[in-house]
Amino acid sequence: MAEKYIARSSEIAARLLGGEMMVMSARDSTFFTLNEVASAIWQAADGRTPLSQIVAGKICQEFDVDREQAQRGADRFVDELSQHGILLVSDQPLMNSSPPREGR
Amino acid sequence: MTTALPTTAEAAVSIEIGGMAIALRTHDPSFRQLIENRYEGFVGTSPSSHFEFDIDLYEPSESAPADDGLEVKIEEGEWLLKRGDFRARWNPHTSQGHIRQSHSPYAIDCVLRIVHTLILARQGGFLVHAASAIRGGKAFLFSGVSGAGKTTISRLAPLDATLLTDEISYVRREGDRYLACGTPFAGELGRVGENQSAPVSALFLLEKGLQNRIEPVGATEAVQRLLRNILFFADDPALVKLVFQSACEFASLVPIHRLVFVPDQRVWEIIR
Repeated sequence: MAEKYIARSSEIAARLLGGEMMVMSARDSTFFTLNEVASAIWQAADGRTPLSQIVAGKICQEFDVDREQAQRGADRFVDELSQHGILLVSDQPLMNSSPPREGR
Repeated sequence: MTTALPTTAEAAVSIEIGGMAIALRTHDPSFRQLIENRYEGFVGTSPSSHFEFDIDLYEPSESAPADDGLEVKIEEGEWLLKRGDFRARWNPHTSQGHIRQSHSPYAIDCVLRIVHTLILARQGGFLVHAASAIRGGKAFLFSGVSGAGKTTISRLAPLDATLLTDEISYVRREGDRYLACGTPFAGELGRVGENQSAPVSALFLLEKGLQNRIEPVGATEAVQRLLRNILFFADDPALVKLVFQSACEFASLVPIHRLVFVPDQRVWEIIR
């Protein structure tokens, strides 16, 4: 199965507030609140680290979750956010991506 | 910082909302009178303004219904505003604009609201569907969609409260605080607000209920509800980002609560 690389789109605004990560698409104003796991994937979406590595190295370690289950959840999350243009997905590293940082 | 322009034309009327003076220049004395009457209390006395608009009036046969779709977009650095009853362009860099509109207060009202949202967005502020009032030197905002109780809470305000608006609140960023400013944008109360301002102490999300109570609201709900009520007209991703950041910033600095209320005057006893 091909690797999946993810990067945060530049067409979004994001902010961590009250411990919750909020993300809004500047394209269609869709608003998302990310839970802790989704937020960790979001933070790690640098365009260079394969999703499988994010799941194995970060999600499974930090959240004590089964790898297969975590991968399925991560795939669903990435699919949904990519449909709204919030995450960019490629089977090649997205080397030129310059992910926006969330606000304070 | 916006530079003030000298207002030279004798036919210009300067409308000052939130400390921002917009000069409206018309050669039609009856329309000038209409503007002065509608924005009574907000007609500036300063000889200079921050922005200037020339207004040409449509012949009645030219005008289409006001509910013909509103369009706001930026082209080559100039904002273009269009609705059935007006067409306007505004260059924020030169601070000049032009409005062609019907002889109607609703058209100029809409243009002013849009221009203020565009100005405020770049300054971290916004216009929001909310009633607002000053009491004891503190401003309180009461936000909600149509029917939530903005006009009701305004009608119930005690005599020592100064009503800023029952419909559209003007929120301006000033350092680490926000100011609520009076607006002439009235709702069902049909009365323009007082042209005063005060630091915002709290924003209440209105909900009618069986008893008066204030409930905490989580950060996500606060931002989402605020975003739903902020006036925003432009189809422009850069501005969407600014408005999102402004809403988050506001929610991080100003307490936002849910106000469940019974429509009688006792509700004001718990607002502080």
